Amino acid sequence: MAEGKEALFSKQNKALLSDPLNDNNPISVQVLGICSALAITVQLKPAVVMSLAVLFVVIASNVIVSLIRNLIPGRIRIIVQLLIVASLVILVDQVLKAYAYDVSKELSVFVGLIITNCIVMGRLEAFALANGPWKSFLDGVGNGAGYALILVLVAVFRELLGSGKLFGIEILGHKAKTLAESTGLYSLGYENNGFMLLSPMALITVGIIIWVQRSKNRKLIEQH
Amino acid sequence: MEYINIFVKSIFIDNMVFAYFLGMCSYLAVSKTVNTAVGLGAAVVFVLSITVPVNFLIDSYLLKPGALSWLGEEYASIDLSFLSFIMFIAVIASMVQLVEMIVERFAPALYGALGIFLPLIAVNCAILGGSLFMQQKDFANVGESAVYGLGSGIGWLLAIVAIAAIREKIAYSHIPGPLKGLGITFIITGLMAIGFMSFSGIKL
Repeated sequence: MAEGKEALFSKQNKALLSDPLNDNNPISVQVLGICSALAITVQLKPAVVMSLAVLFVVIASNVIVSLIRNLIPGRIRIIVQLLIVASLVILVDQVLKAYAYDVSKELSVFVGLIITNCIVMGRLEAFALANGPWKSFLDGVGNGAGYALILVLVAVFRELLGSGKLFGIEILGHKAKTLAESTGLYSLGYENNGFMLLSPMALITVGIIIWVQRSKNRKLIEQH
Repeated sequence: MEYINIFVKSIFIDNMVFAYFLGMCSYLAVSKTVNTAVGLGAAVVFVLSITVPVNFLIDSYLLKPGALSWLGEEYASIDLSFLSFIMFIAVIASMVQLVEMIVERFAPALYGALGIFLPLIAVNCAILGGSLFMQQKDFANVGESAVYGLGSGIGWLLAIVAIAAIREKIAYSHIPGPLKGLGITFIITGLMAIGFMSFSGIKL
């Protein structure tokens, strides 16, 4: 280990894990990786699968690039990084196709788009190129988890309000054709907000999450 | 007629930003002023309309199941489609490098204007997204894919220029502190996406 003197979980290393969850969240503060974050949050299940895929790719690519960081010539580093990330994503894609085919169909092109997910490239450029493998690993875990946090949060709101389900299980009761046959909230005349399932609401949900986060954490407020 | 249909559809209905959220990172980061937004948008149009047809050719003559049959009977059963991500991204990265060098050599003024944005484009999700959607849509020939690339690029340009213009204006409005900057941009983009939804269902 490069930083042999430092304890494995020193204060600094713990900050690498916890910072990306709030103060330095990749989506709501660093503005990275929004591209794929929004399109797959209609339901919780694909969002969770996507989070795991991104978590794996961020961690693995961070560690690999950090291991070979002194061998990569500066001018072609973007291409080298892209090739490493692309090979990892192919791996993820093949595994998903083999073991979770229906989810992989649902995610369609967005698995491939992990390659250009700005979180992956951003962390490689900003962190892995300048730090040792263990720190890069922690940074990967932290940022992957920060991404997953927002993704799951948005997906919970959208699936719960949009179709009254979580993971496909009816949470708010069963909606039948008539009021009398319905159970739970639906027997009181509650209706699903189908609008939450459409793409614009993903953007607005993230906007509101950012609003809430910044009112709690006022040092993140932008001046302009 | 098919070309016009694909063109209009890719600009308005399947808009990269509003329907698929592609290229959001640079869309949010580089939309503070209209001038830079136009520069980046033009670069995206340029690169998309080159890489999508090139990737179409690679996909249909190298990668698709049976695409290698032009080499001979025994190659007809080979399926290389699992290589498509790595092929596409390699093509995009090298195209961007090539375009950068050509523009630098022959149009220094344009290079000065686009300069900083060109390298950024290799990692713009809209570019790779264009190629992946092209693969999914199964276009009949290279012309259709070129029109699709051009249209998607123009759609992206339209979106980033529109949001940049709005952001220039709202700099003077009273927005609640925590919503300033990123938050309000997300919500405005959401409202614009609702507007663009009214285009859906148009058939030419």
